[in-house]
Amino acid sequence: MDENKEILHEFLIESYENLGRLDQEFVALERTPNDHGLLSSIFRTFHTIKGTCGFLNFGKLESLSHLAENLLSQLREGERELTSEIVTVLLESVDAIKRSLASIEATSQEGEESFGELEGKLRRVIDQKGAKPVAKEIVEKPQAAEPVPLQAAEAREAGREEAVVEAGRPAVADSNIRVDVALLDKLMNLVGELVLARNQILQFTTLREDAGFAATSQRLNLITTELQAGVMKTRMQPIGNVWNKLPRVVRDLSANCGKQVAIEMEGADTELDKTIIEAIRDPLTHIVRNAVDHGVEMPNVRTSKGKPPSGRLYLRAFHEGGQVNIEISDDGAGIAVDKVKRKAIQNGLITTEQAERMSEREAFRLIFLPGFSTAEKVTSVSGRGVGMDVVRTNIEKIGGVVDLQSRVDRGTTIKIKIPLTLAIIPALVVTSGGERFAIPQVSLLELVRLEGEAVARSIERIHGTPVYRLRGNLLPLVHLNEVLETRRPGAGHGSTADEVVNIVVLQADERQFGLVVDRVNDTEEIVVKPLGKQLKGISAFAGATIMGDGRVALILDVLGLAQRARVVSERRDQNVIEERDQDRLEQAGEDRQTLLLFRAGVDDRLCVPLALVARLEEFRRSQVEWAGGQEVIQYRDQILPLVRLHEVLGLGAPPERDPIQVVVFSDGERRIGVVVDAIIDIVDDTVKITNEARRRGVLGSAVVGGKVTDMIDLHEVITAADPQWFERASGGKAQRRRRVLLVEDSSFFRGMLKTQLEMARFRVFEATDGQEALEKLAEHSVDVVLTDLEMPRLDGFQLVERLRQDGRLGQVPLVAMTCRPEERERGLSAGFTEFSSKFDRQGMLETLERLAGAVNASAKVGNEVHVPV
Amino acid sequence: MSSTTIAAAPGSSASGGEQSQQYTTFYVAEMFFGVEVLKVQEVLRYQQMTPVPLAPPVISGLINLRGQIVTAIDLRRRLGLEPREGGLMPLNVVVRSDDGAVSLLVDEIGDVVEVNPDLYEPPPENMLEQAREMIRGVYKFPDRLLLVLATDLAQQVESAN
Repeated sequence: MDENKEILHEFLIESYENLGRLDQEFVALERTPNDHGLLSSIFRTFHTIKGTCGFLNFGKLESLSHLAENLLSQLREGERELTSEIVTVLLESVDAIKRSLASIEATSQEGEESFGELEGKLRRVIDQKGAKPVAKEIVEKPQAAEPVPLQAAEAREAGREEAVVEAGRPAVADSNIRVDVALLDKLMNLVGELVLARNQILQFTTLREDAGFAATSQRLNLITTELQAGVMKTRMQPIGNVWNKLPRVVRDLSANCGKQVAIEMEGADTELDKTIIEAIRDPLTHIVRNAVDHGVEMPNVRTSKGKPPSGRLYLRAFHEGGQVNIEISDDGAGIAVDKVKRKAIQNGLITTEQAERMSEREAFRLIFLPGFSTAEKVTSVSGRGVGMDVVRTNIEKIGGVVDLQSRVDRGTTIKIKIPLTLAIIPALVVTSGGERFAIPQVSLLELVRLEGEAVARSIERIHGTPVYRLRGNLLPLVHLNEVLETRRPGAGHGSTADEVVNIVVLQADERQFGLVVDRVNDTEEIVVKPLGKQLKGISAFAGATIMGDGRVALILDVLGLAQRARVVSERRDQNVIEERDQDRLEQAGEDRQTLLLFRAGVDDRLCVPLALVARLEEFRRSQVEWAGGQEVIQYRDQILPLVRLHEVLGLGAPPERDPIQVVVFSDGERRIGVVVDAIIDIVDDTVKITNEARRRGVLGSAVVGGKVTDMIDLHEVITAADPQWFERASGGKAQRRRRVLLVEDSSFFRGMLKTQLEMARFRVFEATDGQEALEKLAEHSVDVVLTDLEMPRLDGFQLVERLRQDGRLGQVPLVAMTCRPEERERGLSAGFTEFSSKFDRQGMLETLERLAGAVNASAKVGNEVHVPV
Repeated sequence: MSSTTIAAAPGSSASGGEQSQQYTTFYVAEMFFGVEVLKVQEVLRYQQMTPVPLAPPVISGLINLRGQIVTAIDLRRRLGLEPREGGLMPLNVVVRSDDGAVSLLVDEIGDVVEVNPDLYEPPPENMLEQAREMIRGVYKFPDRLLLVLATDLAQQVESAN
């Protein structure tokens, strides 16, 4: 509704403007009837009104302006001469349109007035010149919209009356003017100057004992304040301007995801500075998309959780303490803290110990770190490599803060606090090293002043780092002089008895720290001015301002300062991620894996991915029995078949040991035990393949922990023991085994992945490149294709292209194995359904299972694009 | 015939219109510099400056130019010269740039002079490189040499941090 109103409003302003010009143009046209430019301009005006009315469903206006447009078209095409009769009837049309607009403005509806008579006139004039084709076209239209003439006359009276009633109130066009934003910016700047001059004068006032002067400057003070507020108001826009676009976004998105989401808004009239409105547009949209995409569950999931099937998205905005608060809540799945921590550890953002120490709130903050995404999938709608870190950066850029709260199954709330305006902000002025610095009040928490004894008593040092106990919590202290390098570290703050320590407690990125300054002066409204390009690189400063005495003071960038002082570790975190990404890129074909190292026969270094291992067991030799010509052991109420690895691999028989070491593998229901000589170690290392030459039971050699190690081919080992093991895998479950085509040129990885997939009860078809994949697909139908990107003959991108062109196979979900973001980008547009890392076994299996399952359930895949992270 | 100026002065600023025949002149150490009059916003006596911690040493500080905050660049340092002797207050030559105004700190202000394009020559090759890149060319006056300052390069400072 609000959106409609806005459109209507814009339509009215535009139409009034154009119509206002028409009067002049018609007069000019009468003087120079052959001015083609003028005719075109008039034509366009009617044309625009006709078009917009059609769009807004104002049928009568549309039909009238359509006729006028036709008449003008004749003139413009030179089919007839301009006569005063034509001008008259056109001007009458203009008047009629204006009346109708007035009615629309008052009631949002077309007036009762019908233009039958006028339309008749127009049609007559058009018909006078034999422009039949044009005339014919219009004859049909008006009939429906035209009432009988008698009624029309009455109605017109009514319409007029209405117009008269409304005349007392100024029309939109009268009370609004369009102003260039650049002019507003200039005014804002000037007001900024005025504020500074006022500050200076107020300082003089305190020095002089002149009542008259004091009174005048007091008035100047008031006027300036009011003017400042007024000018700032001209730049204010309701946040609804941004929100208005969201219902549509939510509607389309939820339809796309097969979800139901209702959006509610409160405080849409909360006003914000235009520049801020623009700055939050993208972050807000991103958050809302995220909420719909990742937050709100599918209707059936919601129902099973006892929630209404339709999700609720709630936007709220309100003013508080000179700031604007925006909250975006959903009642969706919420975020599990453990999951966040696990992900952060996985991504190398934090260590396990850090995770344990972390509070819930701190953990949620991790979501805003670059390189983090909790969603198991990033979909085409909210994904595209833009994470919450970008949201945070954008909000912080305008001096705002963003916070996230979440409860599993209850939903997630994101709170954003942003300043009303960027131009003039309240700040605390401090002195350090003889210079003044302004600290934006937004970051200020409190001031602590320590004198005499208290200094030595309450400032303690942890390995040289000063800390202060603020209500029982340790507050790291940062000396402004030292961060800014205006004084050498450690110099001059030995704790003498007469020392005074001023601590400004600041908030930077959810972390609090104390900034030690020489003196705390005052709070002041300051005008933020940008620094020149030569100084842009200094992250400790957000800008500069001019103080009451006319001198320049620097504005501290609290976050930048904290980072510089390493109170917040964002930069370090970022480096970690960058390094990680770098590593990834460099490694390309390798990644970290946890491997189980063991010995069998003469081969003293064998390994298998630990992820595949169910358990490690020790059995006494006496427990081994024979059944069906095979060694078995009774194990957990089942019969566990045993395979002697050295036999499968054809290695010499080792001396018999007791007890025997057994590595147990399981596909969830059935188990198989592989007997090895000894377990050596479990290592976490990158797998660097040195040799792919296959021999029975071995996938290839890799360097693990600096030594060449053979990775066993579990598939072959198990098949050797039980040729039907994988065939029988369909098991008790009624579900048919899902079929996957695995396309990978490296036999090493193909073997490894095949085993993983088979252990997960997939039926695996193999292909060594895209070409072979196409051939295999022609023979077998599969549920999902898992493919490498780099391959000889036909690579992954070419494969997906060929498949997507193929109508029948176009529906098969395609998962690409890559961990390189730029390939993901390219892959998405090429038509891949999802992406997975070769080394994220769990993630890959989940992805494949979901995709394969989705196909079985309802052949509807393709409009939903998932990308696991 | 300003076009001949450009033709005769390879490497000189392309903005050599007729008006740019006039130069605002000033001294830095022993050197006599000129900047096209059109590029100069104003010339000011010594202004109070706010030092910027962590900034490169070339930047002397920030000055308040009627509400506009202007970065002051010490030309002596920029040219790799000895620092100004104590007590000598630098003057400001405020030049326009794409990024607002920048003040160049100089020792002394000279006159606005009209130059004859025939007297133009590129700077000598063997000058200190740090200085040479900032000098577009030289006008040979009878009693001295006028060095044309490349203001855009003079305000380039390797980014801090």
